[in-house]
Amino acid sequence: MKAVYFAWVRERIGKNEEEIAPPAEVATVDDLVAWLASRGENYAHAFDKPQVIRVAIDRAHAARDARIAGAKEIAFFPPMTGG
Amino acid sequence: MGVVRVQAEDFDAAAEGRALTAGRPEIGALASFIGLCRDEGGRLAALEIEHYPGMAEAEIARVVAEAEARWPLYGITVVHRFGKLRPGDQIVYVGVAASHRGEAFAAAEMLMDFLKTRAPFWKRATRLDGAVEGWVEAKADDDAQAKRWGGG
Repeated sequence: MKAVYFAWVRERIGKNEEEIAPPAEVATVDDLVAWLASRGENYAHAFDKPQVIRVAIDRAHAARDARIAGAKEIAFFPPMTGG
Repeated sequence: MGVVRVQAEDFDAAAEGRALTAGRPEIGALASFIGLCRDEGGRLAALEIEHYPGMAEAEIARVVAEAEARWPLYGITVVHRFGKLRPGDQIVYVGVAASHRGEAFAAAEMLMDFLKTRAPFWKRATRLDGAVEGWVEAKADDDAQAKRWGGG
């Protein structure tokens, strides 16, 4: 699946997007955030307050217990500040 | 079935309003809201607005559909800009056409409340002295405003 990052999540990780292949036991959005946070210092920094991070699956907001199976694109970003 | 546009270019609010009401004599009310870039007491040089292409349009369309389901409306237009904006520049336009002002005002307010908390846009501020002030933080107050309407 493709992971995409926005705003300071993108800056801290240092990438706009990447292909990721989490192991099978990573089942939910929460699992995925924890797995990403373990991938290195930049990821740990981006996800140091995991409850703040918002997640979208295939361009729709997703709850933290949403299952990620079958997702093509998962986005991670801070709370939105548009309008 | 509203009109949703996410664009770098400026918009003409009067033209957007005319497009909503032209040839529709059943419309008795057009509520429009324009969000502008504030100068934050003279400190702000510019805002850089980042967005999630594809999801920004989709999420605004979902919010528009919720407004249409809640009130009898004749039309909605939402235009949200991205890119570099300076104090005084227009950021967002919301126009709602209805028979009467009540539902037009209410729908416009709900659209803005939901847009702020759900549409994937992020503002980054640059100070006048050239230093980047950083990402604008979401306000708890915006969440509270959005919760008034219930639902999603």
